[in-house]
Amino acid sequence: MTAMAADKGGAAPVAQGATPPEYLKNDEPLGTDPLHRSRNTPAGGIRHWLSVLAVAVLALALAGPRAQAQATGDLGLVVERATGSLLIVDQSERASLGRITGLGDLRHASIVYSPDERFAYVFGRDGGLSKVDILKQELVKRVMQAGNSIGGAISDDGRLVAVSNYEPGGVRVFDAGTLEMVADIPTGSKTVGLVDIPGSRFVFSLWDKGETWIADLSDLAAGPEITRIKGIGPNPYDALVTADGRTYITGLFGADHFTALDLWQDPPEPRTILPGYLAGREKLPVYKMPHLEGWALAGRDFVLPAFGRDEVLWVDARTLEETGRTPTYGQPVFAMARPDGRQVWVNFAHPKNDTIQVIDTPSKKVIRTLKPGPAVLHMEFTPRGHEVWVSVRDAGKVIVYDTETFEKLAEIPAKSPSGIFFTARAHRMGL
Amino acid sequence: MNRLLLILSALAAGPALADPDAAVLERLVRQDCGACHGMTLKGGLGPDIRARALGHYDRNSLKAVILDGIPGTPMPPWRPLLSESEAAWIADYLLKGDSP
Repeated sequence: MTAMAADKGGAAPVAQGATPPEYLKNDEPLGTDPLHRSRNTPAGGIRHWLSVLAVAVLALALAGPRAQAQATGDLGLVVERATGSLLIVDQSERASLGRITGLGDLRHASIVYSPDERFAYVFGRDGGLSKVDILKQELVKRVMQAGNSIGGAISDDGRLVAVSNYEPGGVRVFDAGTLEMVADIPTGSKTVGLVDIPGSRFVFSLWDKGETWIADLSDLAAGPEITRIKGIGPNPYDALVTADGRTYITGLFGADHFTALDLWQDPPEPRTILPGYLAGREKLPVYKMPHLEGWALAGRDFVLPAFGRDEVLWVDARTLEETGRTPTYGQPVFAMARPDGRQVWVNFAHPKNDTIQVIDTPSKKVIRTLKPGPAVLHMEFTPRGHEVWVSVRDAGKVIVYDTETFEKLAEIPAKSPSGIFFTARAHRMGL
Repeated sequence: MNRLLLILSALAAGPALADPDAAVLERLVRQDCGACHGMTLKGGLGPDIRARALGHYDRNSLKAVILDGIPGTPMPPWRPLLSESEAAWIADYLLKGDSP
């Protein structure tokens, strides 16, 4: 029995029961097969099923885990950063199914998924781009595409995978099937905040130049078509795009505001939002750059982690005017709206990274403080938000919480876990 | 948790804390400095801080950078979290450079 079936308690659904599944029946040749013609006679029927069963058993024996038709819709990957491995997890079982190794340096690694949720593309800090097969639990291909990279994205059609790099600064685009490079977009700057938007386009920002670029890769033969937007502000450190692919919000290291772009405008014009949110207040030392993620919409507002303050900031999603500030336990790293937006979960920078706070969206007040353990690095909601999975690096585990009762539901051992990525991300823009 | 205790005790005891805890500090360098400089310290948003890239620093100036940061850059002052002796240990650790 395969590792996956064993870990699942032998729950492999195919070819173990008496009834062959529909898809095996559909594989039969149609019309001319004598078995088909004699199918209605009792002897023919038995022979038919025996042959189908034989095919099924043979297929299982030959193909290994893949033949078990494990659906991937409720699976996910947990980055084990120090060991260069990925833990395959099952959301419904709240368990791990296996481990994929050999992915190199996975610090700060992030993951996107193919549209069929079978393949994952893993972006490592060391410039490695890896493609893994979740069903076979194996590394398919790995290329070293740069010296130092920071994130990736997959195009809306699933054909292109883009990586943003610090060194050499820019974005490189790869064929999602082969990982051959199909476009190289040097920017002359450390490049951050890479997201996908409709139309085989990618958006990213330039730390050293204060620009945002839109690269249109819909015509690969003609090469990428670049729209450069200047005046974003000094030193963008990260950016997000909203789930509709319309609003791109950039965080700035060198100014106390954020910048928003309406990507439905042509060309988009930078708009300052939350101007002077630090005015008259001390900017605290920042020991970890906050992340801006596509989980920003909470009710009618976008929620953003402040830079250099122990608070999260709220802006009206339509007018982009400030609507509030919520003081928090420490400097937020992630401020993530639950998929329904009803709550916002926040984790914090060193040295307060043992804590999570939950903010109630309508009142904008902290309603819960949790202490999962040392070095809480990431949180991932189940697609409809009934649970949140939290990686606790220095405790060596992922903790699953119920988001309504805040009850701890499960703990899953993992080696220095950082990012958690469920396959449902395949169907969302900008993650 | 060890780190938190260390930090709390460092804050309480002031900069005169004896004998830095090497394991805790090495972990801090890898994980927390590494957030910007890369866990192998070869650079990220922040520059390469492996020994060969730090040739222009002596121990004291590097210690000063760690404690007080570099204004105008993302390098923050670590003085709120580290004692003088801990910063000196980190400066030595980086300059000695037995990191991979």
